Amino acid sequence: MTAPSAEPPLIAFRDIDVAIGGRPILTGINLEIYKGEFLCIVGPSGCGKTTLLRLAAGLLPPGSGTVSYEGKPVAGPQRDVAVVFQDYGDALLPWRTAAGNIALVYETMGTPRAERAERIAAVLARVGLAEHADKYPSQLSGGMQQRLQIARCLAQEPKLLLMDEPFGALDAITRQDLQDQVLKIVADSGTTVCFVTHDLEEAIYLGHRVVAMKPHPGRIAATYDVDLPYPRDQQTTPEQPAFMQLRRTLLEFIRGAET
Amino acid sequence: MTTRLRRVDLRGIVVPAVVVVGAEIAARVTHYHSSSLPWPSEVVTAAGAALIDGSMLRATGQTLLAAFGGLMIGASLGLVFGTVMGLFLIVERLAEVTIEALRPIPSVALIPIALLIFGLGYAMEISLIAKTSFWPVLLLTIAAVRGVKPRLLEVARLLRMGLAARIVKVVIPAALPGIFVGFRIAVGAALVVAVTVEIAANPLGLGYAMMRAQEALRPDLVFAYLFWIGIIGWLINGLLSVAQRRLFGGASRAAPP
Repeated sequence: MTAPSAEPPLIAFRDIDVAIGGRPILTGINLEIYKGEFLCIVGPSGCGKTTLLRLAAGLLPPGSGTVSYEGKPVAGPQRDVAVVFQDYGDALLPWRTAAGNIALVYETMGTPRAERAERIAAVLARVGLAEHADKYPSQLSGGMQQRLQIARCLAQEPKLLLMDEPFGALDAITRQDLQDQVLKIVADSGTTVCFVTHDLEEAIYLGHRVVAMKPHPGRIAATYDVDLPYPRDQQTTPEQPAFMQLRRTLLEFIRGAET
Repeated sequence: MTTRLRRVDLRGIVVPAVVVVGAEIAARVTHYHSSSLPWPSEVVTAAGAALIDGSMLRATGQTLLAAFGGLMIGASLGLVFGTVMGLFLIVERLAEVTIEALRPIPSVALIPIALLIFGLGYAMEISLIAKTSFWPVLLLTIAAVRGVKPRLLEVARLLRMGLAARIVKVVIPAALPGIFVGFRIAVGAALVVAVTVEIAANPLGLGYAMMRAQEALRPDLVFAYLFWIGIIGWLINGLLSVAQRRLFGGASRAAPP
């Protein structure tokens, strides 16, 4: 995985304000995400983390300011920007099998029919679902459904992967397993990731950088570099002084933000 | 979970059996005779004869053909308009008054107009059945399309699916369980209207056969047709409910076998 570089940012937020129904949601957002970077956004609920992600996805236009992707203003969703939602149950097509859910991407992108089966198998194998291609989402566990959604995003071959609290609904063991899988996939593909979570340790464990937000209205309060080497390890990484120090800093920050 | 086809509970037959046998015994004991109320055994004999000489099956075929034809036209139009109105709020707003004004008109009240336009025969019956089956499919399709999870539509948007692909690959499949409920209501209504039109005007099918039997002073045959219509309706409903479980019970919410 490459560290943030001096290149122009892959995606940049400039002086973003967003209000929904007259209520300010985000104010004065300035943020750049660089190619190859794993950026985590943390903050209490209501701080506009998800809104920020929706702006990046082109699902929501900013009230004022600009979001630019590869130097061009974002006017709507793009196929090389993929989103992993927290509610995998609602984001998968329940009437299609695991393979069918992946096929949706290739059908839409016009991938030649002859190539599809092979590419579907490859992308399912990357998330460890090769054996479950013919199962329907309802026949898969929560963790497997979320892996399927991640696989569908990988099928888009995204340059930017936006993840909105993707592991928030999963149990601790499954969550750790998926964190490591995502780190491995990202390391292999060099995909840039913007990962929203309310779990501080998850943010530190995964990211190059952690952005901390404050609510009412949502704004960026601080940005921290995570000074920990990759590959990271569920056992040893959290025991490193840098990890513990950053966790303490973020905890104090969050307590301060809520009062 | 096992795919369990609900068996017919035989206890449900007790009440009709007691009524029929009771009526037969009462009739035989009292030597009751009337020109309007036949003995159950006479009804069974009349039904048997009509089945054997083919007249009952021919009438059934005619009624089902008209019902099926009307249903296909009405349900298809209901599906198309319902999808468009479900997707685009503005279309529903534009059509709202028209729909609410047209919907309450009973199909039977349109028989004179249908006769003027089509004359006697299949076309007029099919047009009225189409009109009847259009509404439930339309209304339930609108509701089902509205009820598609916003998240699924977002997934379609993120993939930049075109409108046609979005409708065919996401909206319709997601709304299908709801649409099918509308279709089942339409099927029931189609049978009712088919028989009604045949009784009131059209010289076809089961309704007309009943009228003929009545004119011939054959109450046994009238009752035979009446019960036969009931059996047909029950069978069709049974088939549809099996289809519903097969289609939407399996793929959409099945647990591992």
